[in-house]
Amino acid sequence: MRALTYHGTKDVRVDTVPDPEIINPRDAVIKITSTAICGSDLHLYDGVIPGTLNGDILGHEFMGEVVETGPKSTLKKGQRVVVPFTISCGKCYFCEKQQFSACDNANPAEKQDMTEQLYGHAVGGLFGYSHLTGGFSGGQAEYVRVPYSDVGPIVVPDHLDDDKVLFLSDILPTGWMAADNADIEEGDTVAVWGCGPVGLFCIQSALLMGADRVIAIDHYSRRLELARQAGAQVIDFKQTNVTEALMEMTGGIGPDAVIDAVGMESHGFSLGDQAQAFNLADTIKQKVGIGADRGGALREAIFACRKGGRLSMPGVYGGFVDKFPLGALMEKGIQIKSGQTHVQRYLNQLLRLIEEDKIDTTFMISHRLPLEEAPKGYKNFKDNQNDWTKVVLKPGV
Amino acid sequence: MSRHPIEVRGYRGPDPLPRLALFAAAGTAIALLAFAAKPLFGNSPAQRRRELEDDAPRRLSRERAGSPAFVGKSVLINRPRAELYDFWRDFELFPQFMENIRAVEVNGDVSTWTIAAPAGQTVTAEVEVVEDLRNERLAWKSTPQSQIETKGTIDFRDAPAGRGTYVDALIEYKPPGGAVGRAIADLFRREPHVQARHDLKRFKMLMEAGEVSTSWRTRRQS
Repeated sequence: MRALTYHGTKDVRVDTVPDPEIINPRDAVIKITSTAICGSDLHLYDGVIPGTLNGDILGHEFMGEVVETGPKSTLKKGQRVVVPFTISCGKCYFCEKQQFSACDNANPAEKQDMTEQLYGHAVGGLFGYSHLTGGFSGGQAEYVRVPYSDVGPIVVPDHLDDDKVLFLSDILPTGWMAADNADIEEGDTVAVWGCGPVGLFCIQSALLMGADRVIAIDHYSRRLELARQAGAQVIDFKQTNVTEALMEMTGGIGPDAVIDAVGMESHGFSLGDQAQAFNLADTIKQKVGIGADRGGALREAIFACRKGGRLSMPGVYGGFVDKFPLGALMEKGIQIKSGQTHVQRYLNQLLRLIEEDKIDTTFMISHRLPLEEAPKGYKNFKDNQNDWTKVVLKPGV
Repeated sequence: MSRHPIEVRGYRGPDPLPRLALFAAAGTAIALLAFAAKPLFGNSPAQRRRELEDDAPRRLSRERAGSPAFVGKSVLINRPRAELYDFWRDFELFPQFMENIRAVEVNGDVSTWTIAAPAGQTVTAEVEVVEDLRNERLAWKSTPQSQIETKGTIDFRDAPAGRGTYVDALIEYKPPGGAVGRAIADLFRREPHVQARHDLKRFKMLMEAGEVSTSWRTRRQS
């Protein structure tokens, strides 16, 4: 089959590789009809996630048709399914608590040592996201092997197009959980850093959960337009001092909840703000490979957040953040919630919201490409972020 | 069970390289320095002066930590005690989750374990059950004919509030003499606790999820 594979920093190629097979009883093999490039794939593309090997198949947002099932799969051939990017056994303590992304059993035993050393515990399994999360082949390919297929995939009705349901795989539940983690109360002002697809879903989710107002922060005009279209007020951090603006827009209180939908490769370090000045140091450290995550958006979010407010962090971090404003966090009594998305927890609820047209899942798609052009998709999604807001790949076209 | 390990000749202490390599892979220079400094300061004689015995398992005492001939590991498994005991009691199932055990043949209370050794060799251990408390504990010991001297116990305890079972494994071994023996000693010396940790994780996967997780894409990889 053809598949998008990693060959080093900023070098991805479509190669011919062996087809996937059923290995374990609960497996299924899916023929992929649509798959997307995620903002977090750019962290792999940029080479800032360790444990990514040459030849690894990337991609964790995908859907398609069931073509093969193991003896213990509950799926049937021909079913149309969306597959969560988190691989979860459904039986361990964490899965039973619906903390699916913390699953103890999906990440193979021999792959767990790396994150156990880095984080104190092994992380769960993810598709196409380095050997730290299991080394599972991803879905930017014609076919994919899906472990625990009786727990993860959701069968979707035929009348909903791929474009409408594809993002159930990651970014829609990720945006939704970020808003859920912000414990939104009626009348809240919520500030969202980053108007990529996850940020755009955060905006819609926060408003559906009862926020009075969402203020979205970015510097790409096209992305800010999309944020406005999703119902947010917007701040361009190249035009305006963000913390000042957030104070003035909330009568000096600050946002009740802040959401960092940016993560470890934050932009913006030239404006002289304390929070952003530190980001320059982070950038240099990341470039010379000493492994500090860039935390500009995160620092600014903590600085702006009201006393007793809440910080939700869907943005991906992998290592350490320097100059972390721990004092502000403690003295203001801010609550933090974070984590990889517990996708399976939200799937049925979100499918219903899509069917009822309460969430628009298609407006951020800027490009649809054949799988063969995936490398072009990566390059532009990285270098041309204003216009390339979301890329959907179509294998077999 | 004796708290003293069987001595392994030529053991020079745990090798810190794998852990350091991990941090280096993450490019974390600062953490690396802090970590490298830890063995110098973390285990000072002052800290060894004990005013009370803590409640951690004795096998974790800093004075013996890293001993390769004595592997202990505890794992919480989200299944009832009886089910875990029954599976473990059937030694022939060991190869399903123990990477180095190629085959087990059971004859009454005595069983023969074929164990993979470096360079494609195998050794056998002849083992007899010395204690069998249904749903609670199993203990085994090698017979005088065995190529490897080994003994072990596994205990099953209820976790609170229906959270499953704590499984505690303790294994001691003494490798045979000769070239094979040295190879085995070398294997155990390099990865003393890794094997036990991985094997118990695979046991947990098998018990909870019904299969051992793998990221292979094709059967040929196996």
